[in-house]
Amino acid sequence: MTEHAVSPDGVIPVVNGEQRAIAAGSTIGDLLRELELSPAAVVVEYNREIVRDRERLDSLVLSTGDAVEIVHFVGGG
Amino acid sequence: MTESTLIAGSTDTTFVIAGRTLRSRLMVGTGKYRSPGEMIRALDASGAEVVTVAVRRVSLDRSHDDGVLAHLDPSRFFLLSNTAGCYTASDAIRYARLGRAAGFNEWVKLEVIGDQDTLLPDTAALLEATRTLAAEGFVVLAYTNDDLITALRLEDAGAAAVMPLASPIGSGLGLLNPYSIRTIKHRLSVPVVVDAGVGTASDACITMEQGVDGILMNTALAAADDPVRMAHAMRLAVDAGRQAHLAGRMPRREIAVPSSPSLGMLE
Repeated sequence: MTEHAVSPDGVIPVVNGEQRAIAAGSTIGDLLRELELSPAAVVVEYNREIVRDRERLDSLVLSTGDAVEIVHFVGGG
Repeated sequence: MTESTLIAGSTDTTFVIAGRTLRSRLMVGTGKYRSPGEMIRALDASGAEVVTVAVRRVSLDRSHDDGVLAHLDPSRFFLLSNTAGCYTASDAIRYARLGRAAGFNEWVKLEVIGDQDTLLPDTAALLEATRTLAAEGFVVLAYTNDDLITALRLEDAGAAAVMPLASPIGSGLGLLNPYSIRTIKHRLSVPVVVDAGVGTASDACITMEQGVDGILMNTALAAADDPVRMAHAMRLAVDAGRQAHLAGRMPRREIAVPSSPSLGMLE
């Protein structure tokens, strides 16, 4: 990731299509806690790769420009 | 319960997809209900075991909390994740993998849409996605049109079940081509589950009378004035159509044949 876009106190990953500032060093697990989402209730895709092992969420550190998708099941036919 | 009802209800063949015996031939969607409570009551009334769900982004600002698992007990229903809204094989594959990662099962109702107005499938992309996902161990239930050749190719590509439409998704136009559906069922070895287009109970009954293994529907229930009552009607209609198929209908004749004896009439 390029360094110039990183603010001194945070990084800006793209979460569900929207830029979202978060403290530098934050993991995806931190992001989910900030969003009050239970890891068991969602599926996370990190830079187009599905995080199958949810225990990894706490070790994946976010950088500016990272693409994070957080999805779940909704009603559908 | 009368004896005849018991006999009729006990002589059906089992309905098996990819080794799993399903207790209901009616599968239902979970979209477009007026409330979660109404959806659950309709699902219960339908008797369905398999219910479809879609994969979507979580609303980060909680402007709409639309997660279906807050209402739907995954231990009571078999969740069938779909790829609705995908227009390319790669998108459908991505959604299928996300659905599987939710951790319930390996099944996917595979849709690759080719046209926004009709929501008809892109059959070339559908075949490609079916091959890829079947090779990855998915149990692929492929939503397709009512074309026999595509259905045969899907079976060859590894689909565990083929799901031809009765008519376009959400149209409620009923079974437009009984001959095609009958032919697909006759020629395929894998189960055939008609998906989409059923509008009311008679549509479901006529569809089952063609001999197909099951029906999947959503809008017919969700958009009914009373979804719970319609779900009950659909359950009966699917059963009635199935039993009528097994019973074997009388031949069609162009002329009348009297039902009462012609002998013994008064002079």
